Amino acid sequence: MVHERYERAEETNVKILVPVKRVIDYNVKVRVKADQSGVELASVKMAMNPFDEIAVEEAVRLKEAGVATEVVAVSCGATQSQEQLRTALALGADRAILVESDAELQSLAVAKLLKAVCEKEQPQLVILGKQAIDDDANQTGQMLAALMGWPQATFASKVVVADGKATVTREIDGGLETLAIKLPAIVTTDLRLNEPRYATLPNIMKAKKKPLDTLKPAELGVDVAPRLTTLKVVEPAKRQAGVKVADVAELVAKLKNEAKVI
Amino acid sequence: MSILVIAEHDHAALKAATLNTVAAASKIGGKIHVLVAGSGCAAAAQAAAALEGVAQVKVADAAHYAEQTAENLAALVVANAQGYTHILAPATTFGKNLLPRVAALLDVAQISEICGVESPDTFVRPIYAGNALATVQSADTVKVITVRTTAFDACGQGGAATVENIAAGPDLGLTQLVGRELTKSERPELGAAKVIVSGGRGLASGENYHSLLEPLADKLNAALGASRAAVDAGFVPNDYQVGQTGKVVAPQLYLAIGISGAIQHLAGMKDSKVIVAINKDPDAPIFQVADYGLVGDLFQLVPELTAAL
Repeated sequence: MVHERYERAEETNVKILVPVKRVIDYNVKVRVKADQSGVELASVKMAMNPFDEIAVEEAVRLKEAGVATEVVAVSCGATQSQEQLRTALALGADRAILVESDAELQSLAVAKLLKAVCEKEQPQLVILGKQAIDDDANQTGQMLAALMGWPQATFASKVVVADGKATVTREIDGGLETLAIKLPAIVTTDLRLNEPRYATLPNIMKAKKKPLDTLKPAELGVDVAPRLTTLKVVEPAKRQAGVKVADVAELVAKLKNEAKVI
Repeated sequence: MSILVIAEHDHAALKAATLNTVAAASKIGGKIHVLVAGSGCAAAAQAAAALEGVAQVKVADAAHYAEQTAENLAALVVANAQGYTHILAPATTFGKNLLPRVAALLDVAQISEICGVESPDTFVRPIYAGNALATVQSADTVKVITVRTTAFDACGQGGAATVENIAAGPDLGLTQLVGRELTKSERPELGAAKVIVSGGRGLASGENYHSLLEPLADKLNAALGASRAAVDAGFVPNDYQVGQTGKVVAPQLYLAIGISGAIQHLAGMKDSKVIVAINKDPDAPIFQVADYGLVGDLFQLVPELTAAL
């Protein structure tokens, strides 16, 4: 599908890197472990971070529109992250790179690993999800932009790539903002950027044959030691359900006399 | 300890989120300085100097801070970071865009969206859309932190900080503003409102949303919000959205009208002081968090409520 906004520019020769993260599937109800060491991850369904799916979709659409020449998916994490890379390949990425590590990788470490990958791969555009739905950090794209000295356009709801720049509409508090940034650059995705496609069975089969390379953080010369220590993880205090009121008059009376908020 | 708070402002005035961020800084303890970087931002700097607990305001006034781009601001913050143990900004789209860039340039972690201060190096923050709270300790020499504004009451006025002009950093020229489309409204800002009237898919159309909820919001001097379902259905723009993927709010009174109460919506409003739900489905999950639930037809109940106020 070629959308009008993916304008084709003859001189454009854009390689796109799309980092993806393996997280708990967004439909799973998260449970905190009894020993407060974290949330239960054993035998829980895992999936690609939803914002990263939007990033893959955007990159693939740019390729389908003739703007991008190649889409490379990259994931930093445990061996099982290969599953999410295969998903990215099934959605249309050309090849994949796993930076394999069993260590806890915090945002700064991931940004450093991605910097090393950027130096090898020389992409003109990196499209990332604005945040992962596990740690909700919302940092990696901005950190990578800082480490590369590149411009950033975060929380994107529209991306047009042409003539060596990206024109990006961003979701900001109070409305929208449009920035023009020179490539190479970083874009992070917000929800309304696109609706990701589903991987078809033939594409899932094809994805199995696409190249997937594995690297180690040490090969990239990156120290991934965590800077933050999680001391405990607890469930938030539950809100008590209140009462049902019979009618508007009772509601108004309660708000005035009991809750005293009006 | 010495804390630098990055002010969010529109050059003429401070955004309310800055006051919550200064309040979080006070909880950490130590000297508080506020950085106001802008273009013609003397008025915002004066407002920062009047905040309770602020010892000094640093002002960088230059044309290339007019658009508040992360690239130029981060370079300025890093150039002035020396001597600070903490650098704070609100966890708004402004702070979320800027502060990770600062942290990476300083080679330190960022602690995102804290909702509690345990000690100068230990903080509480929500993870998994607020379904869990993590207590994290930082080993970095500088703690770079964004603050969930609804978790800290705004700081008071009555301060008399000194105001010092500092040199502007370079204009990196990486980014150009093409335009902004801001929602114009006479109503209070969603993030700062004491009362929020929020609508969901139950309203069935954008016309219904406006014709039913606006008169009610007028009566209550309330901000208008919406569920993601209402935004996705095109009833209202995205900046109305309350939830994990929208704004996190905690007003005195939150009225959820025609909102079923998906987890992602609850994550954005469950810390409100009083929650009222109006929904025709008695089993809607919103009733599990509502202080007062009214089951019935919103098309009849909302005008009735508006008339009764």
